[in-house]
Amino acid sequence: MGKAVECPECLAQFEVPDDVVVGEVVECPDCGVELEVYEIGDEGVKVRVAVVEEEDWGE
Amino acid sequence: MTLRLGILYDRAKWEEKALKREAERRGVEVRMLNVLNTVMDVSDGSGFTEDVYVQRSLSFFKGLYSTAVLEHHGKRVINSYKTSVTCGNKLLTTLALMESEVPTPRTLVAFSEESALRAVEELGYPAILKPIHGSWGRLVAFLKDPSSAKAVIESRMFLHPIHRVFYIQEYVERPPRDIRSFVVGDRVVAAIYRIAPEREWRTNVMRGGSIEVCPITEELRELSLKAAEAVGGGVLGVDIMEGNDGLTVHEVNHVPGFAHTVMATKVNIPGLIVEYAVESAKR
Repeated sequence: MGKAVECPECLAQFEVPDDVVVGEVVECPDCGVELEVYEIGDEGVKVRVAVVEEEDWGE
Repeated sequence: MTLRLGILYDRAKWEEKALKREAERRGVEVRMLNVLNTVMDVSDGSGFTEDVYVQRSLSFFKGLYSTAVLEHHGKRVINSYKTSVTCGNKLLTTLALMESEVPTPRTLVAFSEESALRAVEELGYPAILKPIHGSWGRLVAFLKDPSSAKAVIESRMFLHPIHRVFYIQEYVERPPRDIRSFVVGDRVVAAIYRIAPEREWRTNVMRGGSIEVCPITEELRELSLKAAEAVGGGVLGVDIMEGNDGLTVHEVNHVPGFAHTVMATKVNIPGLIVEYAVESAKR
């Protein structure tokens, strides 16, 4: 059992694992775009297109 | 009493989930704290009740300032503000390494286009220009000759003013690889070679570099620990080059990625980090 999400790019419906956490990046199996989980609540799992890299990101 | 650990992050990668898993496996109560969804009460620090925190934000500034707030309210954060502010700034890192007599490449700093060009001329070609903040090899430039130096330096004038702090380093002759060693407290727990991909001189894994296991020699161990201590200690990734005059440290990373290293070396780095955090909380 996973949690249902809809890709905002291609509108594909797919499932993410039950233990998914906010901030995790998942890939849409249909169009391949990387999606960031930004909210998990009563309305389900919400995703948006993930930022690839910001200027102060790193190690 | 169960020890409680907070993991601060902005993107939950393999590393953060592994830290959570390893903490739970050790009976530690874990709270995942996404800094993007968190409001911190700077005045009273309320809402942060864990015994110890591991800072894993990819964003340097978000990580640094959330650490600052927690430390102000008496919380132990790994890594500390001092370590983070030093490692997140290449110039401060160079100064800290020199202070502790850790071998590091010769570095010049300049604050204008003209002075930057003079600095490169003084170092000789090729030379390396790096932003003082930044990671994964982003905007790190190889200045091959006067015309490429001029072009690169000129381009920096159109970026954020921080890019007009020109940090220019001698190019160290080395094999097409460098060493990343992982320090956890007073131990070197793993080391890898990072090998530059074809048609690229930078070895960053994020730029497509590949990795191989690197043996931890006594020399590597000593140098890694000395470099880690120089920047304030903690959980660190020390970047080391094999130059003609021996090993030299060019960078120390305070939120090191370790997924690939765990796969290659089979060392349970997240488990060791959790154990170090638990020990730190008890002290």
